[in-house]
Amino acid sequence: MNQNYLSSYVPILIYFLLAMGVAGAIMLLSWLIGPRKPTPTKLSPYECGMLPTGDAREPFSVKFYLVAILFILFDVEAMFLIVWAVVLRQLGMYGFIIMSIFLFLLMVGFVYEWKKGVLDWAPRQSRRG
Amino acid sequence: MTFYEVTFYVLAVVALLSAILVITCRNPVHSAIFLVLTLLSVALIFLQLQAEFMAAVQIIVYIGGIMVLFLFVIMLVNLDVAVRQAPYNRQRWIAGFAALVLLAEFTLFIYQGRDWAKLPPAAAEAVQPNTELIGRALFQNYILPFEVASLLLLVAMVGAVLMAKQR
Repeated sequence: MNQNYLSSYVPILIYFLLAMGVAGAIMLLSWLIGPRKPTPTKLSPYECGMLPTGDAREPFSVKFYLVAILFILFDVEAMFLIVWAVVLRQLGMYGFIIMSIFLFLLMVGFVYEWKKGVLDWAPRQSRRG
Repeated sequence: MTFYEVTFYVLAVVALLSAILVITCRNPVHSAIFLVLTLLSVALIFLQLQAEFMAAVQIIVYIGGIMVLFLFVIMLVNLDVAVRQAPYNRQRWIAGFAALVLLAEFTLFIYQGRDWAKLPPAAAEAVQPNTELIGRALFQNYILPFEVASLLLLVAMVGAVLMAKQR
């Protein structure tokens, strides 16, 4: 295998290992050296106030889901932008124009969303003015 | 065994084990997290095959985007019902049989094709940057499909907004 290629990813590997190591070390240390003297009051969810009833998992609003869908669409757009950015120098003005058309079409969708009020989180009366 | 082989087998084992855990976990959120692990190891295998762009797409779109969508679907539906249901239904024997047949087919195919379907030898040195190759192909030869892709994204956007607004 191309030794040069693999070794170019060694910094990312070191970064991963470092991140995992630091996270693991923090958890391990707090588990090892933290004092644990549990009392019933300490173990209750809230020290004062009502005990929670039921499950914390409530069905989400559809609005969050819509935002997630729109996020994926712009995510895919970002992938095209990455490829474009790599070869932009070679393409020159031509590359700029084709990407402008691409982005214009997506901007139409963005404006549509905006006007439809998908991005408004609060009820509409404050926006309409 | 070379370093390359060791990393490949480790990644393959992680991918397969976490894929099995995806379908055996009772908690759908745990399944989703294991699916992230599966996709991540597949991304690293892509990276090992010098398909850098594929690895990046796998991580950004699948792990970053699609998995968010999966988790949102899990949050949208009522989880308690799903946890109490039996994870397998009565078709599991049929499914297992079909999987065995498929396994036999693949084994036969690979066994028979090991002579004539040889992979080309890996390029030893100076493989061109993957992302750059894709970029040049996309923006020079496939310019129309590229612009149509933006139209497709626009349609998806409008469709998502319309469907959500009807509720």
